[in-house]
Amino acid sequence: MSQTSKNEVLLEARKLTRRFGGLVANQDIDVTLERGMIHVLLGPNGAGKSTCINMLSGDLPPSEGEIRYLGKDITRLSAAQRSQEGIGRSYQRTNIFPQFTVLENVRLAAQSRRQQPWRIFSKAMEQQWALEKARACIEEAGLGRRVDWLSGVLSHGEQRQLEIAMVLATDAQVLLLDEPLAGMGSEESASMVAVLKRLPQTRGILLVEHDMDAVFAVADRITVMVNGQLLECGPPAQIKASVAVQQAYLGTEDSFHV
Amino acid sequence: MDFASFLIQVLNSLQYGLLLFLVASGLTLVFGIMGIINLAHGSFYMIGAYLAFVLTSATGSLVLAIALGIPLALIFGALLEWALFSHLYKRDHLEQVLLTYGLILIFEQLRSLLVGDDVHGVAIPAFLDASIQLTEVMSYPVYRLAISVVCIVLAVALYYVIQRTRLGMMIRAGNDDRSMVEALGININMIYRVVFALGVALAALAGMLAAPISSVFPNMGSHVLIISFVIVVIGGIGSVWGALVAALIVGFADTFGKVLLPEISGMIVYLVMAVVLLWRPEGILKKG
Amino acid sequence: MNVNASLIVKLIAVAAIACVPISGESFYVELVAKMLLMAIFAMSLDLLVGFTGLVSFGHAAYFGIAAYSVALFTAKFGQMSLWVMLPAAILLSAAAALVIGIFVIRTKGIYFIMVTLAFAQMAYFVFHDTPLGGGSDGVYVDARPTAAIGSWVPFDLDNELHMFYFVLVMMLLVYLFLHRVLQSPFGRVLMGIKSNEHRMQSLGYFTFGYKLAAFTLAGALGGVAGFLYAVLFGFVTPELLSWHESGNVLLMVILGGMGNLAGAVLGAFAFEAMREFFADITKYWQLLMGGVIVALVLFLPGGLTAIPGRIKRALQGGGAK
Repeated sequence: MSQTSKNEVLLEARKLTRRFGGLVANQDIDVTLERGMIHVLLGPNGAGKSTCINMLSGDLPPSEGEIRYLGKDITRLSAAQRSQEGIGRSYQRTNIFPQFTVLENVRLAAQSRRQQPWRIFSKAMEQQWALEKARACIEEAGLGRRVDWLSGVLSHGEQRQLEIAMVLATDAQVLLLDEPLAGMGSEESASMVAVLKRLPQTRGILLVEHDMDAVFAVADRITVMVNGQLLECGPPAQIKASVAVQQAYLGTEDSFHV
Repeated sequence: MDFASFLIQVLNSLQYGLLLFLVASGLTLVFGIMGIINLAHGSFYMIGAYLAFVLTSATGSLVLAIALGIPLALIFGALLEWALFSHLYKRDHLEQVLLTYGLILIFEQLRSLLVGDDVHGVAIPAFLDASIQLTEVMSYPVYRLAISVVCIVLAVALYYVIQRTRLGMMIRAGNDDRSMVEALGININMIYRVVFALGVALAALAGMLAAPISSVFPNMGSHVLIISFVIVVIGGIGSVWGALVAALIVGFADTFGKVLLPEISGMIVYLVMAVVLLWRPEGILKKG
Repeated sequence: MNVNASLIVKLIAVAAIACVPISGESFYVELVAKMLLMAIFAMSLDLLVGFTGLVSFGHAAYFGIAAYSVALFTAKFGQMSLWVMLPAAILLSAAAALVIGIFVIRTKGIYFIMVTLAFAQMAYFVFHDTPLGGGSDGVYVDARPTAAIGSWVPFDLDNELHMFYFVLVMMLLVYLFLHRVLQSPFGRVLMGIKSNEHRMQSLGYFTFGYKLAAFTLAGALGGVAGFLYAVLFGFVTPELLSWHESGNVLLMVILGGMGNLAGAVLGAFAFEAMREFFADITKYWQLLMGGVIVALVLFLPGGLTAIPGRIKRALQGGGAK
């Protein structure tokens, strides 16, 4: 596909602003996500990272600003419409269907690409194309050994991997991942980092994350937010060296030492 | 319709709407603050009406009956909140529906056992049993005017309580953010009990006031309950002022509907609700 | 229970029901026929409450609309053909559910419960108050629909046995139909919506359409039950649409365990049996019923949906699986 060239701009947000009553949660945020890239959104608690990702995914309408996907204005599209365009997301809190198996969770995600609600007499578990895609995505997310498990009994880390598999099954070109490493042990974390590193070849990933080791292990580009505003944006080396970033972080509990 | 009969319909609309407001305001507060759907709220109206009948028979005076009935209703509400509803706050809506549906069956059966299934009338207090002459052939009963006056006084009092008092501040805060109220160290359980008891008393009072004009009959609560639901939907859950506006809209729509479009009068308020749902699914006064 | 054991139990239950007419007691034949059609009604609501997560408190409307259509069509056109009347009744209920659904599906949670109830009440008034419905006294169905196709008469609904087996077959058809639908991709989406609608949206599902389709389908199947009621009893009243009926069918679904078609059938049988026999024994039956409901909600932490699991665990003694 000619369109999948690297460095192509997938998602571009300009001057995103969101107000809750008098509170400005996000002010004039610019984000650019290119194909083949992992872009990390960094910032102390309450910096407005989740608000930002919610605006990009369509869960929260922006008060002002514009969001473009492959050049198309998607600012007014719903979350479901954006998913159909190619923007998928995972949530900070694990958000799976616990009573379904791993396979059924991902198959349901795959089914969303070819919805035929009128076929009420075909069997979901005989949808070969969806099953094949689901298996491939489960494999890609590193959950191959858990295909037939009930997803509710997976470990926390595995459930996060399952979420990634579900997003992949929707053919998403843009993956918005809200703290995929939250609450993970170091081993789980390492295997998730390995999964994340494999993903971006044909896609673009925007990641909200706190785990500094992981951030610098995977990030191609980092945007730092403080108090709902953009502080700095650049490659990891630039962020590490930035005085402004260090000051912002040293002033909070989330201080990190680089 | 000439002016005098128009005026009568306006007065009737006001009186009906204001009475409904008494029932709906408690319902919407309980929805909005505690997140509880209470199907048994209409039963409190029914219980109020039967209290009016029983106490008026005993004391010979509706005024005395109301004076006795309100504290009884408050105590009853507080007890009910303590014994049953306080266990429902964290449950899902389906369980709330079930429990309160069960309560309706219990209340109606108890009513049947204690007072029977007959229709009863309640006498209008003598000093209000008069009418105002509007034209040579039309007059308007003073009692209905008195109902409107009582309701307006209560609405103003409610406004004062919610906007100006410490309790009202807590109610408004609880309405917006429960965890914040708890963080401030305010005893939310006490607020819930007071609000619930208040809602019960308002509904019961509406039943007592209505008893002389509608008479007292089995299942009288269910119609009022559903109309109150319509009012809450139109006004927006948790909004007392939405409930006031919506109750007046329903009062006018129903009253004028019966005169102008008698064949479909029963449906008019529901049509109004349908329009509001299309226009503003969150209710006309719901904060964005 | 594994799949085969469960199937065997169900087949035995069906066989037992099919033997009821052998008793020769008209009372029981009619009672069981009523249970069967109520089972259809309960299954149709379970599609909404148990599988899609839509707690409708106005499901009696669709039951009543189909039932009234039988009475009103028969009054206007004389005896109807079954093959016209049944589809017509189902279509009318489905159409009502579709139109009402467009309004109610826009709402969520408490709003949804209130608004479904309010619209059902509106339908109640249509038959109670307007000239269309024949008032609070209700309407008689002068003649049961005929199954004749040309000169061939495959069965006769005026025959008590034929009527009974017709209801039984309809119940089985609805069960098999819903069983199949729930295994389809469409059914899976409904279950996903019940579990987490927001997640389904972020996966790219336009859930409004699915919920509306489920609401319409449930209305249509509720119409099947209402049709059978009108044909069986030959009489309809506005009370069929009342919120007490909506509440009762919700109780049936919950009694049997939500999200379980066989459970809905069981719930309908249990509820009708209680209504029939307790109402005979005691005039306090409403009090009993209400007390039981209140106690169930209060003393079952984790909700009523936990009951089937508890019973299952108790039956298995913790041994199997």
